[in-house]
Amino acid sequence: MKPKTSTIAARGAVITLLVLAALVTLTPVVWLIAATTKNPDDFWSYYFFAPRLSNENFKALFAAIPFGLYVINSAFVTSSVVIIQLFFSSLAGFSLAKYDFKGRNVVTVLMLTTVMIPGQVIMAPLYEQIYRLGLMDTHAGLIIPGAVSVFGIFLFRQAMTQVPDEMIHAARIDGASEFQIYWGIVMPVVRPMVGAFCLISFMGAWNNFLWPQIILHTGSNFTLPIGLNSLVGLQQQQYGALMAGTLLSILPVVVLFLLLQKEFIAGLTSGAVKG
Amino acid sequence: MNNQHRLQHKMAPYIFVAPFLVLFAAFQAWPIIKSLMLAFYVTAGPKNAVFVGTKNFQFLLNDPDFFIAVKNTATFAFCSVLLQLPVALGLAILLSQKWVRGRDFFRLAFFSPQLVGSVFVGVLFSVLFVPQYGIIVQFLNWLSPDRFPLDTKFLADQNLVMPAIIMTALWMYAGHHMVYFLAALQAVDKDLYEAAQVDGASGAQQFRSVTLPGIRPVVIFTLLTSTIGSFQLFELPFIMLGQGSGPNKSGLTVVMYLYQTGFVTGDLGYASTVGWKLAFFVLIISLAQLKLTGALKNE
Repeated sequence: MKPKTSTIAARGAVITLLVLAALVTLTPVVWLIAATTKNPDDFWSYYFFAPRLSNENFKALFAAIPFGLYVINSAFVTSSVVIIQLFFSSLAGFSLAKYDFKGRNVVTVLMLTTVMIPGQVIMAPLYEQIYRLGLMDTHAGLIIPGAVSVFGIFLFRQAMTQVPDEMIHAARIDGASEFQIYWGIVMPVVRPMVGAFCLISFMGAWNNFLWPQIILHTGSNFTLPIGLNSLVGLQQQQYGALMAGTLLSILPVVVLFLLLQKEFIAGLTSGAVKG
Repeated sequence: MNNQHRLQHKMAPYIFVAPFLVLFAAFQAWPIIKSLMLAFYVTAGPKNAVFVGTKNFQFLLNDPDFFIAVKNTATFAFCSVLLQLPVALGLAILLSQKWVRGRDFFRLAFFSPQLVGSVFVGVLFSVLFVPQYGIIVQFLNWLSPDRFPLDTKFLADQNLVMPAIIMTALWMYAGHHMVYFLAALQAVDKDLYEAAQVDGASGAQQFRSVTLPGIRPVVIFTLLTSTIGSFQLFELPFIMLGQGSGPNKSGLTVVMYLYQTGFVTGDLGYASTVGWKLAFFVLIISLAQLKLTGALKNE
Protein backbone atom coordinates (compact mmCIF):
# COMPACT_ATOMS: atom_id res chain seq x y z
CA MET A 1 0.00 0.00 0.00
CA LYS A 2 1.32 3.40 -1.02
CA PRO A 3 1.21 6.17 1.60
CA LYS A 4 -1.20 9.02 0.79
CA THR A 5 0.20 12.32 -0.51
CA SER A 6 -0.80 14.08 2.71
CA THR A 7 1.08 11.45 4.72
CA ILE A 8 4.17 11.97 2.58
CA ALA A 9 3.98 15.74 3.13
CA ALA A 10 3.58 15.27 6.89
CA ARG A 11 6.50 12.87 6.99
CA GLY A 12 8.59 15.34 5.01
CA ALA A 13 7.77 18.04 7.54
CA VAL A 14 8.71 15.80 10.48
CA ILE A 15 12.04 14.85 8.92
CA THR A 16 12.79 18.48 8.04
CA LEU A 17 12.14 19.59 11.61
CA LEU A 18 14.29 16.80 13.03
CA VAL A 19 17.18 17.56 10.69
CA LEU A 20 16.95 21.30 11.45
CA ALA A 21 16.94 20.62 15.19
CA ALA A 22 19.92 18.29 14.85
CA LEU A 23 21.77 20.96 12.85
CA VAL A 24 21.12 23.59 15.51
CA THR A 25 22.27 21.18 18.23
CA LEU A 26 25.40 19.94 16.50
CA THR A 27 26.63 23.21 14.95
CA PRO A 28 28.29 24.57 18.12
CA VAL A 29 30.09 21.25 18.61
CA VAL A 30 31.28 21.08 15.00
CA TRP A 31 32.33 24.71 15.21
CA LEU A 32 34.30 23.93 18.38
CA ILE A 33 36.16 21.06 16.70
CA ALA A 34 36.87 23.22 13.65
CA ALA A 35 38.05 26.12 15.78
CA THR A 36 40.74 24.01 17.44
CA THR A 37 42.22 23.01 14.07
CA LYS A 38 42.57 26.55 12.70
CA ASN A 39 45.68 28.63 12.68
CA PRO A 40 45.11 31.58 15.08
CA ASP A 41 45.38 33.94 12.08
CA ASP A 42 42.51 32.13 10.35
CA PHE A 43 40.37 31.96 13.49
CA TRP A 44 37.64 34.38 12.38
CA SER A 45 38.37 34.19 8.63
CA TYR A 46 36.48 30.94 8.11
CA TYR A 47 33.15 29.88 9.62
CA PHE A 48 34.26 26.33 10.21
CA PHE A 49 37.35 24.51 8.91
CA ALA A 50 40.16 26.48 7.29
CA PRO A 51 42.14 25.11 4.31
CA ARG A 52 45.31 24.85 6.37
CA LEU A 53 45.34 22.76 9.53
CA SER A 54 47.35 23.75 12.58
CA ASN A 55 48.15 22.51 16.06
CA GLU A 56 49.08 26.02 17.24
CA ASN A 57 46.03 26.21 19.52
CA PHE A 58 47.05 23.15 21.49
CA LYS A 59 50.62 24.43 21.78
CA ALA A 60 49.31 27.79 22.97
CA LEU A 61 47.04 26.06 25.49
CA PHE A 62 49.87 24.09 27.10
CA ALA A 63 52.10 27.18 27.06
CA ALA A 64 49.49 29.37 28.75
CA ILE A 65 48.36 27.11 31.61
CA PRO A 66 49.56 23.82 33.19
CA PHE A 67 46.76 21.98 31.44
CA GLY A 68 48.25 18.53 32.00
CA LEU A 69 48.37 19.13 35.74
CA TYR A 70 44.72 20.18 35.75
CA VAL A 71 43.83 16.96 33.94
CA ILE A 72 45.68 14.91 36.57
CA ASN A 73 44.00 16.82 39.41
CA SER A 74 40.57 16.39 37.86
CA ALA A 75 41.18 12.70 37.17
CA PHE A 76 42.28 12.09 40.77
CA VAL A 77 39.40 13.99 42.38
CA THR A 78 36.79 12.57 40.02
CA SER A 79 37.86 8.93 40.30
CA SER A 80 38.04 9.18 44.10
CA VAL A 81 34.55 10.65 44.28
CA VAL A 82 33.11 8.05 41.90
CA ILE A 83 34.67 5.09 43.72
CA ILE A 84 33.63 6.25 47.20
CA GLN A 85 30.15 7.24 46.07
CA LEU A 86 29.66 3.94 44.26
CA PHE A 87 30.84 1.80 47.17
CA PHE A 88 29.07 3.64 49.99
CA SER A 89 25.83 4.28 48.11
CA SER A 90 25.43 0.75 46.80
CA LEU A 91 26.23 -0.75 50.20
CA ALA A 92 23.70 1.50 51.94
CA GLY A 93 21.19 1.00 49.13
CA PHE A 94 21.54 -2.78 49.58
CA SER A 95 20.93 -2.43 53.29
CA LEU A 96 17.77 -0.38 52.74
CA ALA A 97 16.49 -2.65 49.98
CA LYS A 98 17.05 -6.10 51.46
CA TYR A 99 17.07 -5.86 55.26
CA ASP A 100 14.30 -5.09 57.68
CA PHE A 101 16.01 -3.26 60.50
CA LYS A 102 15.16 -0.77 63.19
CA GLY A 103 15.66 2.80 62.01
CA ARG A 104 15.34 2.00 58.32
CA ASN A 105 12.41 4.35 57.88
CA VAL A 106 14.11 7.09 59.87
CA VAL A 107 17.14 6.92 57.58
CA THR A 108 14.95 7.04 54.47
CA VAL A 109 12.86 9.99 55.63
CA LEU A 110 15.97 11.87 56.76
CA MET A 111 17.56 11.51 53.35
CA LEU A 112 14.39 12.40 51.48
CA THR A 113 14.17 15.64 53.46
CA THR A 114 17.69 16.70 52.58
CA VAL A 115 17.12 15.99 48.88
CA MET A 116 14.52 18.77 48.91
CA ILE A 117 17.01 21.34 50.17
CA PRO A 118 19.16 22.91 47.44
CA GLY A 119 22.88 22.21 47.86
CA GLN A 120 23.75 25.90 48.05
CA VAL A 121 22.10 26.14 51.47
CA ILE A 122 24.91 24.18 53.10
CA MET A 123 27.81 25.86 51.32
CA ALA A 124 28.54 28.43 53.98
CA PRO A 125 28.57 25.96 56.94
CA LEU A 126 30.44 23.40 54.86
CA TYR A 127 33.07 26.03 54.10
CA GLU A 128 33.44 26.69 57.82
CA GLN A 129 33.70 22.95 58.49
CA ILE A 130 36.31 22.39 55.78
CA TYR A 131 38.25 25.30 57.25
CA ARG A 132 38.13 23.80 60.76
CA LEU A 133 39.27 20.43 59.45
CA GLY A 134 42.22 22.11 57.76
CA LEU A 135 41.09 20.92 54.34
CA MET A 136 40.92 24.34 52.71
CA ASP A 137 42.68 24.41 49.32
CA THR A 138 43.08 20.61 49.26
CA HIS A 139 41.66 17.86 47.08
CA ALA A 140 40.39 16.10 50.20
CA GLY A 141 38.17 19.16 50.73
CA LEU A 142 36.55 18.37 47.39
CA ILE A 143 36.44 14.59 47.70
CA ILE A 144 35.07 14.10 51.23
CA PRO A 145 31.96 16.29 51.02
CA GLY A 146 31.52 15.21 47.38
CA ALA A 147 31.41 11.54 48.33
CA VAL A 148 27.87 11.75 49.76
CA SER A 149 25.29 10.82 47.15
CA VAL A 150 21.73 10.51 48.40
CA PHE A 151 20.63 10.15 44.80
CA GLY A 152 22.88 7.09 44.48
CA ILE A 153 21.28 5.40 47.47
CA PHE A 154 17.81 5.75 46.03
CA LEU A 155 19.01 4.54 42.65
CA PHE A 156 20.59 1.40 44.14
CA ARG A 157 17.81 0.79 46.61
CA GLN A 158 15.32 0.76 43.77
CA ALA A 159 17.42 -1.51 41.56
CA MET A 160 18.28 -3.93 44.36
CA THR A 161 14.68 -4.30 45.54
CA GLN A 162 14.11 -6.17 42.28
CA VAL A 163 16.78 -8.79 43.00
CA PRO A 164 14.82 -11.97 43.95
CA ASP A 165 14.95 -12.80 47.67
CA GLU A 166 15.32 -16.52 46.81
CA MET A 167 18.73 -15.83 45.32
CA ILE A 168 19.88 -14.20 48.54
CA HIS A 169 18.40 -16.93 50.75
CA ALA A 170 20.01 -19.64 48.66
CA ALA A 171 23.41 -17.97 49.00
CA ARG A 172 22.91 -17.60 52.75
CA ILE A 173 22.11 -21.30 53.12
CA ASP A 174 25.26 -22.08 51.13
CA GLY A 175 27.15 -20.23 53.87
CA ALA A 176 27.93 -16.96 52.09
CA SER A 177 28.61 -14.00 54.36
CA GLU A 178 26.41 -10.93 54.09
CA PHE A 179 29.18 -8.98 52.37
CA GLN A 180 29.73 -11.83 49.91
CA ILE A 181 26.02 -11.67 49.07
CA TYR A 182 26.33 -7.94 48.38
CA TRP A 183 29.54 -8.18 46.38
CA GLY A 184 29.16 -11.53 44.65
CA ILE A 185 25.42 -11.73 43.98
CA VAL A 186 23.54 -8.45 44.22
CA MET A 187 26.12 -6.17 42.61
CA PRO A 188 26.54 -8.31 39.47
CA VAL A 189 22.74 -8.40 39.04
CA VAL A 190 22.46 -4.61 39.12
CA ARG A 191 25.48 -4.07 36.87
CA PRO A 192 23.65 -1.86 34.34
CA MET A 193 22.78 0.47 37.20
CA VAL A 194 26.43 0.52 38.29
CA GLY A 195 27.38 1.70 34.79
CA ALA A 196 24.72 4.40 34.75
CA PHE A 197 25.61 5.59 38.22
CA CYS A 198 29.33 5.76 37.45
CA LEU A 199 28.70 7.96 34.44
CA ILE A 200 26.29 10.29 36.26
CA SER A 201 28.64 10.55 39.20
CA PHE A 202 31.65 11.05 36.90
CA MET A 203 29.94 13.88 35.03
CA GLY A 204 28.94 15.56 38.27
CA ALA A 205 32.45 15.51 39.70
CA TRP A 206 34.29 16.23 36.45
CA ASN A 207 32.15 19.28 35.65
CA ASN A 208 31.82 20.53 39.23
CA PHE A 209 32.66 24.21 39.39
CA LEU A 210 31.18 26.20 42.27
CA TRP A 211 32.58 24.22 45.21
CA PRO A 212 36.14 23.92 43.81
CA GLN A 213 35.98 27.61 42.90
CA ILE A 214 35.19 28.35 46.55
CA ILE A 215 37.79 26.23 48.29
CA LEU A 216 40.72 26.00 45.84
CA HIS A 217 43.11 28.95 45.84
CA THR A 218 46.47 27.64 44.64
CA GLY A 219 46.88 27.27 40.90
CA SER A 220 48.63 23.90 41.14
CA ASN A 221 45.56 22.43 42.89
CA PHE A 222 43.06 23.56 40.27
CA THR A 223 40.71 21.10 38.59
CA LEU A 224 39.91 21.52 34.88
CA PRO A 225 36.82 23.76 35.07
CA ILE A 226 38.58 26.18 37.42
CA GLY A 227 41.84 26.03 35.47
CA LEU A 228 40.20 26.63 32.13
CA ASN A 229 38.19 29.52 33.52
CA SER A 230 41.42 31.10 34.72
CA LEU A 231 42.46 31.19 31.05
CA VAL A 232 39.33 33.20 30.24
CA GLY A 233 40.38 35.82 32.73
CA LEU A 234 44.04 35.90 31.73
CA GLN A 235 44.14 35.89 27.96
CA GLN A 236 40.90 37.18 26.58
CA GLN A 237 42.26 37.10 23.04
CA GLN A 238 43.54 33.50 22.90
CA TYR A 239 40.28 32.05 21.66
CA GLY A 240 42.00 29.17 19.91
CA ALA A 241 43.77 27.96 23.04
CA LEU A 242 40.57 28.36 25.02
CA MET A 243 38.63 26.24 22.52
CA ALA A 244 41.38 23.59 22.49
CA GLY A 245 41.13 23.38 26.28
CA THR A 246 37.34 23.16 26.11
CA LEU A 247 37.44 20.33 23.58
CA LEU A 248 40.02 18.33 25.56
CA SER A 249 38.00 18.83 28.76
CA ILE A 250 34.85 17.43 27.20
CA LEU A 251 36.47 14.38 25.57
CA PRO A 252 36.70 12.06 28.62
CA VAL A 253 32.98 12.42 29.32
CA VAL A 254 32.14 11.73 25.67
CA VAL A 255 34.29 8.59 25.60
CA LEU A 256 32.77 7.29 28.82
CA PHE A 257 29.29 8.07 27.57
CA LEU A 258 29.82 6.17 24.33
CA LEU A 259 30.98 3.16 26.36
CA LEU A 260 28.05 3.25 28.79
CA GLN A 261 25.34 4.77 26.61
CA LYS A 262 22.68 2.08 26.95
CA GLU A 263 22.97 1.75 30.71
CA PHE A 264 23.00 5.50 31.08
CA ILE A 265 19.72 6.27 29.33
CA ALA A 266 18.04 3.34 31.11
CA GLY A 267 19.33 4.46 34.51
CA LEU A 268 18.46 8.09 33.93
CA THR A 269 14.85 7.46 33.07
CA SER A 270 14.07 4.41 35.20
CA GLY A 271 13.09 6.34 38.31
CA ALA A 272 11.04 8.92 36.45
CA VAL A 273 9.07 6.59 34.23
CA LYS A 274 8.38 3.76 36.65
CA GLY A 275 7.94 5.74 39.82
CA MET B 1 21.84 -20.83 60.07
CA ASN B 2 24.22 -21.11 62.98
CA ASN B 3 24.61 -18.49 65.67
CA GLN B 4 27.50 -16.68 64.10
CA HIS B 5 25.58 -16.31 60.87
CA ARG B 6 22.48 -15.13 62.68
CA LEU B 7 24.43 -12.42 64.48
CA GLN B 8 26.10 -11.39 61.26
CA HIS B 9 22.73 -11.19 59.54
CA LYS B 10 21.40 -8.98 62.32
CA MET B 11 24.35 -6.60 62.32
CA ALA B 12 24.92 -6.42 58.56
CA PRO B 13 22.35 -3.73 57.65
CA TYR B 14 23.76 -1.36 60.26
CA ILE B 15 27.34 -1.94 59.19
CA PHE B 16 26.42 -1.49 55.52
CA VAL B 17 24.61 1.77 56.10
CA ALA B 18 27.19 3.15 58.53
CA PRO B 19 29.94 4.49 56.22
CA PHE B 20 27.42 6.43 54.22
CA LEU B 21 25.56 7.62 57.28
CA VAL B 22 28.72 8.98 58.92
CA LEU B 23 29.62 11.05 55.85
CA PHE B 24 25.99 12.05 55.41
CA ALA B 25 25.67 13.23 59.01
CA ALA B 26 28.94 15.15 58.97
CA PHE B 27 28.73 16.78 55.54
CA GLN B 28 25.04 17.04 54.80
CA ALA B 29 22.77 16.84 57.82
CA TRP B 30 24.94 18.77 60.27
CA PRO B 31 25.68 21.61 57.80
CA ILE B 32 21.94 22.01 57.26
CA ILE B 33 21.40 22.51 60.99
CA LYS B 34 24.47 24.71 61.17
CA SER B 35 23.25 26.78 58.26
CA LEU B 36 19.94 27.41 60.07
CA MET B 37 21.95 28.80 62.99
CA LEU B 38 24.39 30.73 60.79
CA ALA B 39 21.52 32.58 59.16
CA PHE B 40 21.15 34.52 62.42
CA TYR B 41 24.80 35.64 62.48
CA VAL B 42 26.94 38.20 60.68
CA THR B 43 30.37 36.74 59.97
CA ALA B 44 33.67 37.85 58.51
CA GLY B 45 35.18 34.66 57.14
CA PRO B 46 34.96 31.42 59.08
CA LYS B 47 36.44 32.81 62.30
CA ASN B 48 34.35 35.79 63.41
CA ALA B 49 30.63 35.52 64.01
CA VAL B 50 28.27 37.96 65.75
CA PHE B 51 24.69 37.05 66.63
CA VAL B 52 22.27 39.47 64.99
CA GLY B 53 18.92 37.70 65.39
CA THR B 54 16.61 38.16 62.41
CA LYS B 55 18.55 41.20 61.11
CA ASN B 56 19.83 39.21 58.10
CA PHE B 57 16.30 38.36 57.03
CA GLN B 58 15.15 41.96 57.51
CA PHE B 59 18.15 43.29 55.63
CA LEU B 60 17.55 40.80 52.82
CA LEU B 61 13.99 42.05 52.34
CA ASN B 62 15.30 45.57 51.71
CA ASP B 63 18.41 44.58 49.79
CA PRO B 64 18.12 45.96 46.23
CA ASP B 65 20.78 43.56 44.89
CA PHE B 66 18.95 40.54 46.24
CA PHE B 67 15.76 41.85 44.66
CA ILE B 68 17.53 42.12 41.29
CA ALA B 69 18.95 38.62 41.71
CA VAL B 70 15.51 37.17 42.45
CA LYS B 71 13.95 39.02 39.53
CA ASN B 72 16.64 37.81 37.09
CA THR B 73 16.53 34.24 38.35
CA ALA B 74 12.73 34.08 38.23
CA THR B 75 12.72 35.53 34.69
CA PHE B 76 15.28 32.97 33.61
CA ALA B 77 13.43 30.07 35.24
CA PHE B 78 10.07 31.10 33.77
CA CYS B 79 11.36 31.61 30.20
CA SER B 80 13.62 28.56 30.28
CA VAL B 81 10.99 26.13 31.44
CA LEU B 82 8.40 27.59 29.07
CA LEU B 83 10.80 27.15 26.13
CA GLN B 84 12.64 23.96 27.04
CA LEU B 85 9.71 21.71 27.89
CA PRO B 86 7.59 22.29 24.75
CA VAL B 87 10.69 22.00 22.53
CA ALA B 88 11.73 18.82 24.31
CA LEU B 89 8.23 17.32 24.10
CA GLY B 90 7.97 18.32 20.42
CA LEU B 91 11.28 16.63 19.58
CA ALA B 92 10.27 13.53 21.53
CA ILE B 93 6.94 13.28 19.66
CA LEU B 94 8.64 13.72 16.27
CA LEU B 95 11.22 11.13 17.21
CA SER B 96 8.70 8.60 18.49
CA GLN B 97 7.03 8.27 15.07
CA LYS B 98 7.47 4.61 14.18
CA TRP B 99 8.66 5.16 10.61
CA VAL B 100 11.47 7.62 11.48
CA ARG B 101 14.85 6.20 10.53
CA GLY B 102 18.09 6.99 12.31
CA ARG B 103 16.34 7.45 15.63
CA ASP B 104 19.48 6.54 17.55
CA PHE B 105 21.44 9.20 15.69
CA PHE B 106 18.89 11.94 16.40
CA ARG B 107 18.54 10.94 20.03
CA LEU B 108 22.30 11.01 20.48
CA ALA B 109 22.55 14.35 18.66
CA PHE B 110 19.87 16.00 20.80
CA PHE B 111 21.28 14.56 23.98
CA SER B 112 24.93 15.39 23.24
CA PRO B 113 24.98 18.94 24.75
CA GLN B 114 24.21 17.28 28.07
CA LEU B 115 27.70 15.79 28.03
CA VAL B 116 29.30 19.21 28.00
CA GLY B 117 29.56 20.54 31.54
CA SER B 118 27.97 23.94 32.10
CA VAL B 119 31.36 25.61 32.60
CA PHE B 120 32.52 24.42 29.20
CA VAL B 121 29.20 25.39 27.62
CA GLY B 122 29.68 28.84 29.12
CA VAL B 123 33.19 29.17 27.68
CA LEU B 124 32.09 27.91 24.26
CA PHE B 125 29.03 30.15 24.01
CA SER B 126 30.86 33.22 25.22
CA VAL B 127 32.92 32.85 22.02
CA LEU B 128 29.85 32.10 19.87
CA PHE B 129 28.37 35.40 21.10
CA VAL B 130 31.46 37.50 20.28
CA PRO B 131 30.30 40.66 18.41
CA GLN B 132 31.08 40.79 14.66
CA TYR B 133 32.43 37.24 14.43
CA GLY B 134 30.56 34.84 16.71
CA ILE B 135 28.43 32.43 14.67
CA ILE B 136 25.28 33.04 16.71
CA VAL B 137 25.60 36.78 16.13
CA GLN B 138 26.24 36.19 12.43
CA PHE B 139 23.28 33.81 12.18
CA LEU B 140 20.87 36.21 13.90
CA ASN B 141 22.18 39.03 11.73
CA TRP B 142 21.45 36.93 8.64
CA LEU B 143 17.91 36.30 9.92
CA SER B 144 17.19 39.92 10.77
CA PRO B 145 19.92 42.49 9.91
CA ASP B 146 17.89 45.38 11.39
CA ARG B 147 17.25 43.85 14.79
CA PHE B 148 20.68 42.28 15.18
CA PRO B 149 23.45 44.41 13.68
CA LEU B 150 26.78 42.59 13.54
CA ASP B 151 28.20 44.61 16.43
CA THR B 152 25.43 43.50 18.82
CA LYS B 153 27.10 42.89 22.17
CA PHE B 154 24.93 40.16 23.63
CA LEU B 155 26.95 39.77 26.79
CA ALA B 156 27.47 43.50 27.38
CA ASP B 157 23.96 44.79 26.74
CA GLN B 158 21.70 44.63 29.78
CA ASN B 159 18.66 43.78 27.68
CA LEU B 160 20.36 40.93 25.85
CA VAL B 161 22.27 39.18 28.64
CA MET B 162 19.31 37.12 29.86
CA PRO B 163 18.07 36.20 26.35
CA ALA B 164 21.59 34.99 25.53
CA ILE B 165 21.73 32.85 28.66
CA ILE B 166 18.21 31.50 28.04
CA MET B 167 19.24 30.52 24.50
CA THR B 168 22.35 28.79 25.81
CA ALA B 169 20.34 26.91 28.42
CA LEU B 170 17.82 25.84 25.77
CA TRP B 171 20.64 24.34 23.72
CA MET B 172 22.00 22.60 26.77
CA TYR B 173 18.87 21.11 28.36
CA ALA B 174 16.20 20.52 25.65
CA GLY B 175 17.73 17.16 24.72
CA HIS B 176 18.00 16.15 28.35
CA HIS B 177 14.26 16.60 28.94
CA MET B 178 13.60 14.95 25.58
CA VAL B 179 15.15 11.69 26.78
CA TYR B 180 12.61 11.55 29.62
CA PHE B 181 9.67 12.39 27.36
CA LEU B 182 10.78 9.83 24.79
CA ALA B 183 10.95 7.09 27.42
CA ALA B 184 7.51 8.12 28.70
CA LEU B 185 5.97 8.19 25.21
CA GLN B 186 7.27 4.71 24.50
CA ALA B 187 5.65 3.47 27.71
CA VAL B 188 2.16 4.71 26.74
CA ASP B 189 -0.15 1.78 26.04
CA LYS B 190 -0.35 1.29 22.24
CA ASP B 191 -3.85 -0.21 22.51
CA LEU B 192 -5.19 3.13 23.72
CA TYR B 193 -4.14 4.79 20.46
CA GLU B 194 -5.77 2.03 18.44
CA ALA B 195 -8.97 2.38 20.42
CA ALA B 196 -8.92 6.15 19.90
CA GLN B 197 -8.38 5.67 16.16
CA VAL B 198 -11.29 3.26 15.97
CA ASP B 199 -13.41 5.89 17.69
CA GLY B 200 -12.32 8.37 15.00
CA ALA B 201 -10.25 10.66 17.23
CA SER B 202 -8.07 13.17 15.36
CA GLY B 203 -4.34 13.52 15.99
CA ALA B 204 -4.89 16.48 18.29
CA GLN B 205 -7.64 14.65 20.20
CA GLN B 206 -5.41 11.61 20.61
CA PHE B 207 -2.68 13.83 21.97
CA ARG B 208 -5.02 15.42 24.52
CA SER B 209 -6.84 12.34 25.70
CA VAL B 210 -4.23 9.57 25.34
CA THR B 211 -0.71 10.98 25.14
CA LEU B 212 -0.87 13.73 27.76
CA PRO B 213 -2.55 11.65 30.50
CA GLY B 214 -0.11 8.83 29.74
CA ILE B 215 3.00 10.92 30.17
CA ARG B 216 1.63 13.17 32.93
CA PRO B 217 3.87 11.88 35.75
CA VAL B 218 6.95 12.50 33.63
CA VAL B 219 5.73 15.96 32.60
CA ILE B 220 5.28 16.88 36.26
CA PHE B 221 8.66 15.39 37.17
CA THR B 222 10.40 17.32 34.37
CA LEU B 223 8.56 20.53 35.20
CA LEU B 224 9.66 20.29 38.84
CA THR B 225 13.27 19.32 38.23
CA SER B 226 13.82 21.87 35.47
CA THR B 227 12.32 24.66 37.58
CA ILE B 228 14.42 23.72 40.60
CA GLY B 229 17.50 23.49 38.39
CA SER B 230 16.78 26.86 36.78
CA PHE B 231 16.56 28.53 40.16
CA GLN B 232 20.09 27.32 40.87
CA LEU B 233 21.48 29.03 37.76
CA PHE B 234 25.09 29.99 38.34
CA GLU B 235 27.80 28.69 36.00
CA LEU B 236 26.44 29.94 32.67
CA PRO B 237 26.15 33.64 33.58
CA PHE B 238 29.22 33.54 35.85
CA ILE B 239 31.46 32.24 33.05
CA MET B 240 29.81 34.03 30.13
CA LEU B 241 29.93 37.36 31.92
CA GLY B 242 33.58 36.93 32.92
CA GLN B 243 33.00 36.27 36.66
CA GLY B 244 30.91 39.40 36.97
CA SER B 245 27.18 39.97 37.11
CA GLY B 246 26.89 41.74 33.76
CA PRO B 247 25.98 45.33 32.87
CA ASN B 248 23.72 46.81 35.55
CA LYS B 249 23.73 43.40 37.25
CA SER B 250 21.51 42.07 34.47
CA GLY B 251 23.06 38.63 34.88
CA LEU B 252 23.09 38.49 38.69
CA THR B 253 21.38 35.33 39.96
CA VAL B 254 20.48 34.23 43.49
CA VAL B 255 23.28 31.67 43.67
CA MET B 256 25.76 34.18 42.23
CA TYR B 257 24.69 36.62 44.91
CA LEU B 258 25.14 33.91 47.55
CA TYR B 259 28.63 33.23 46.19
CA GLN B 260 29.56 36.91 46.22
CA THR B 261 28.28 37.67 49.72
CA GLY B 262 29.54 34.46 51.29
CA PHE B 263 32.81 33.77 49.58
CA VAL B 264 33.97 37.06 48.07
CA THR B 265 32.79 39.42 50.82
CA GLY B 266 33.10 36.68 53.45
CA ASP B 267 29.77 36.96 55.25
CA LEU B 268 28.87 33.29 55.69
CA GLY B 269 25.88 34.18 57.85
CA TYR B 270 24.28 36.34 55.21
CA ALA B 271 25.06 33.73 52.55
CA SER B 272 23.15 31.18 54.65
CA THR B 273 20.19 33.54 54.83
CA VAL B 274 20.26 33.88 51.04
CA GLY B 275 20.49 30.07 50.77
CA TRP B 276 17.41 29.54 52.92
CA LYS B 277 15.48 32.14 50.96
CA LEU B 278 16.37 30.21 47.80
CA ALA B 279 15.22 26.94 49.42
CA PHE B 280 11.99 28.67 50.43
CA PHE B 281 11.31 29.94 46.87
CA VAL B 282 12.00 26.54 45.39
CA LEU B 283 9.66 24.88 47.89
CA ILE B 284 6.82 27.35 47.29
CA ILE B 285 7.11 27.12 43.52
CA SER B 286 7.31 23.32 43.59
CA LEU B 287 4.20 23.13 45.75
CA ALA B 288 2.38 25.58 43.48
CA GLN B 289 3.30 23.50 40.43
CA LEU B 290 2.21 20.29 42.13
CA LYS B 291 -1.13 21.90 42.97
CA LEU B 292 -1.64 23.41 39.51
CA THR B 293 -0.90 20.12 37.75
CA GLY B 294 -3.20 18.28 40.13
CA ALA B 295 -0.43 15.92 41.22
CA LEU B 296 -1.38 16.24 44.88
CA LYS B 297 -5.00 15.19 44.44
CA ASN B 298 -4.95 11.91 42.56
CA GLU B 299 -1.95 9.98 43.76
